[in-house]
Amino acid sequence: MTNRRVFLKSGSVALLSLGFAPSFLARTVEAAGPRKKLLIAVFQRGAVDGLNMVVPHGDAHYYQARPTIAIARPGVDEGAIDLDGFFGLHPRMAALLPTWRDGHLAIVHASGSPDATRSHFDAQDYMESATPGVKSTRDGWLNRYLQTRPDADQPLRAVALTTGLPRTLQGRAPALAVGRVDDFALRNAATGASLAHAYAGSDAAMKDAAAEAYDALALVADRVRGPYQPRDGVSYPRSPFGQSLQEIARLAKADVGLEVAFAESTQWDHHANEGGARGQIANRLDDFARGLDALMRDLGDRMADTVIVTMSEFGRAVAQNGSGGTDHGHGNAMLVMGGPVKGGRVYGRWPGLAPEQRHDGRDLAITTDFRDVFAEIAVAHLGAARPSLAQVFPGWTPGATGLGLL
Amino acid sequence: MLLRLTAALTLAAGLVAGAAPRPLDDATLRHALSRLTFGVRPGDVDRLRTAGYDAWLDQQLHPERVPDRAMDARLATLETLTLDSRTIVQDWERPAREERRARKADPADAADPGAGDAGAAGREQPGPAQLRYRQIVGELEQAKLLRAVYSERQLQEVLVDVWFNHFNVFAGKGATRDYLTEYERDVIRPRVLGRFRDLLGATATSPAMLFYLDNWQNVDPSAASRLGARRRRITASTSAPAPPPRGLNENYARELMELHTLGVDGGYTQQDVVEVARAFTGWTMRPRDGSGFVFAPLLHVAGPKLVLGHRIDAGGRRDGEQVLDILAAHPSTARHIATMLVTRFVSDTPPPALVDRVARRFLDTHGDLREVTRAVITSPEFFDATARGARVKTPLEFVASALRVTGAEVTVALPLVRTLREMGMPPYFCQPPTGYATDAATWLSPGALVDRMNFAAALGANRLRGVHPSPVADRTSFIDAAIGGTPAPATTRAIADATTPAALVAATLGAPEFQHR
Repeated sequence: MTNRRVFLKSGSVALLSLGFAPSFLARTVEAAGPRKKLLIAVFQRGAVDGLNMVVPHGDAHYYQARPTIAIARPGVDEGAIDLDGFFGLHPRMAALLPTWRDGHLAIVHASGSPDATRSHFDAQDYMESATPGVKSTRDGWLNRYLQTRPDADQPLRAVALTTGLPRTLQGRAPALAVGRVDDFALRNAATGASLAHAYAGSDAAMKDAAAEAYDALALVADRVRGPYQPRDGVSYPRSPFGQSLQEIARLAKADVGLEVAFAESTQWDHHANEGGARGQIANRLDDFARGLDALMRDLGDRMADTVIVTMSEFGRAVAQNGSGGTDHGHGNAMLVMGGPVKGGRVYGRWPGLAPEQRHDGRDLAITTDFRDVFAEIAVAHLGAARPSLAQVFPGWTPGATGLGLL
Repeated sequence: MLLRLTAALTLAAGLVAGAAPRPLDDATLRHALSRLTFGVRPGDVDRLRTAGYDAWLDQQLHPERVPDRAMDARLATLETLTLDSRTIVQDWERPAREERRARKADPADAADPGAGDAGAAGREQPGPAQLRYRQIVGELEQAKLLRAVYSERQLQEVLVDVWFNHFNVFAGKGATRDYLTEYERDVIRPRVLGRFRDLLGATATSPAMLFYLDNWQNVDPSAASRLGARRRRITASTSAPAPPPRGLNENYARELMELHTLGVDGGYTQQDVVEVARAFTGWTMRPRDGSGFVFAPLLHVAGPKLVLGHRIDAGGRRDGEQVLDILAAHPSTARHIATMLVTRFVSDTPPPALVDRVARRFLDTHGDLREVTRAVITSPEFFDATARGARVKTPLEFVASALRVTGAEVTVALPLVRTLREMGMPPYFCQPPTGYATDAATWLSPGALVDRMNFAAALGANRLRGVHPSPVADRTSFIDAAIGGTPAPATTRAIADATTPAALVAATLGAPEFQHR
């Protein structure tokens, strides 16, 4: 906290605008201690069909319920990529297979929210606030995590590669949303520099926000400027999702103190003509898997300190509908990747897809609360104190035994 | 000091309604304008002094008496603002839906879109009918901005923003958007200075709210099994998922009490939520056909309901109406609404004494919103020195006030809508039923300050598409209108550093004082 005040008072913003990087910039970040753990949260908005993403090819009811959109069993042309004899990846997710084989990709199937809403908007809200059924929660769970450790605040500690700050990062702790890193700069540097002094003299809240902004601007200007070149041989999909992941890698590698990053992948709401091994969902999963793979290869050694978790507001009905698509359902699959992850395993109890085993007689039942996954990552990866979980996940009761993902 | 003394005297005298503390110096007039309008323009304070504050306020509280022809002319180009929901669904939404289906069925369109175009990966390219359909919400968004900047009925526009936000619905949730034009135009706007019970009742029966908070699916659980097949036929025409009706849906009942009326600590229980949900069973609508509210007796739970200690046994639609009567007259509602209005017009930390008086006014006038609003904006607390510049502008208030103070001519409003989206406040796209937060903590983020400084710089340099600021005619009156006559010395220095007209705008609108109102 002290660094910010020093920074503003010293007038170094003015220096910076003229091309001088203040020497204490490095200290601003390094003062936080050893290199941080990094969590990258990815939201698949629109409710991905988890049964076609991580295919339960060992469950005969899957094939009975989906005569035209099921992914074929492994071993045939365009069949699922077998993982453990029961589950398989969609064939267009082959990019993630090496990570699975290396033991750094875990899957939590039949996971999701205890709230039964089938509204995208409510369900996303519940997942991002991590308070299922409670709409009045103002802040998101990732922000509440940041709030529990204010000593670690850094100008670029939490960054969303989105236009607005996602619900999950909203709250009291500093967090930044930038659509593109290159856009995060002052258009009129001279005016910006002279206004820095005006902000330094304004009320506390405004002064703090401005200090964070100027610090973040200075850090970005000092560390992240110039064209970005991913590692040799890595190319991100040119989709919005791929580009936002590339920006995350850019920030992570620039050592700006990034601890929590957020990106989103959209267009998963396949009510009609979903397709199977080919078609709409196949194209979306291709973009999704290639993006994640590029990110992991680009981060290279940094993956030892990095966990990526994917989520989607709910799953889709077991049976396909009359339009070759799937309607809103319940349970889904989450992917957890990274060096610390005990991967190569599908976690969670499989409830089965027989009609009587389904939630409401139609959807994949949920056997793992999504908050169990988040909480384990917060504690075992980010190092959150266990008692702080009551603040991060109000109303949630931890299970007797953890999942052991990490 | 004098003002505080006057305020204290007025308070001691028992607060005559409509009497603002005297004397009204220019700083006071500027403060009132900054709260009751979307931003002070050069010359506004002079005009207000000439017209007389009380006369101006009376006019603003009767917007129908304020001519607004120039505004009407600007809005005339937005052809969808006058459409009814049925027309919107039949002539705009339906063709878009059919086009989407046709394109999805066509294998050529299902081919891998990832190759080549960066923006197209996995994203369906909208066809002409889909683009035309988007115009509906696009024009609403543009109209909101244009009204904020140009309407002469400024207080009405502020209040429409306040009450839409209070009874928020989200354009992104399915059929809600087809009813949005009607919702703001016919439900909210005509009632912002009317009776609260009327406003509450109008929202309760609005298809936008019925869909947004799911009450259209709130049905008698026993009727659900009997009528499942029939209900499925009703919803068969929707492309939205149509889950079979399963029974009670508490969503509306809960938000009605928590957000619209009593407030979260207003003294209701989970059992009250269930009973209110039972009372509103059968209040429904037909998504995607554009028709209005329907009461379906066969879906209504028969028998008495016990709500907040009142036994309700009117039967049929009257059950819900009685719940609304009880809620609208409840002291917790008076306090909740008073708190909301005082927060919006006075301070993020509403003075308790003022909340008490405004709540009392709400009860005494049976929820006459004109009188309740008047009680807030003529109060000593409203004029108090501690209230001046105490609120942080929302993105809408920031953008609108920047355009007003620079006398900008907006020829194309859509890029400004995009600006609001990038600033995190797209009009009509607030997802949660809480509406947008309006407090400083929400909008004073580091990213927001950078966005605002950049917007100010772009506006000053005339580099915003579709927006052309007027040259600053008089430096002093521009600065006075934008940030008042007594900015902090560092701000004065920053502005003095500005040697070009573009830098003057960038520094003044980028200054901390301009982020406040």
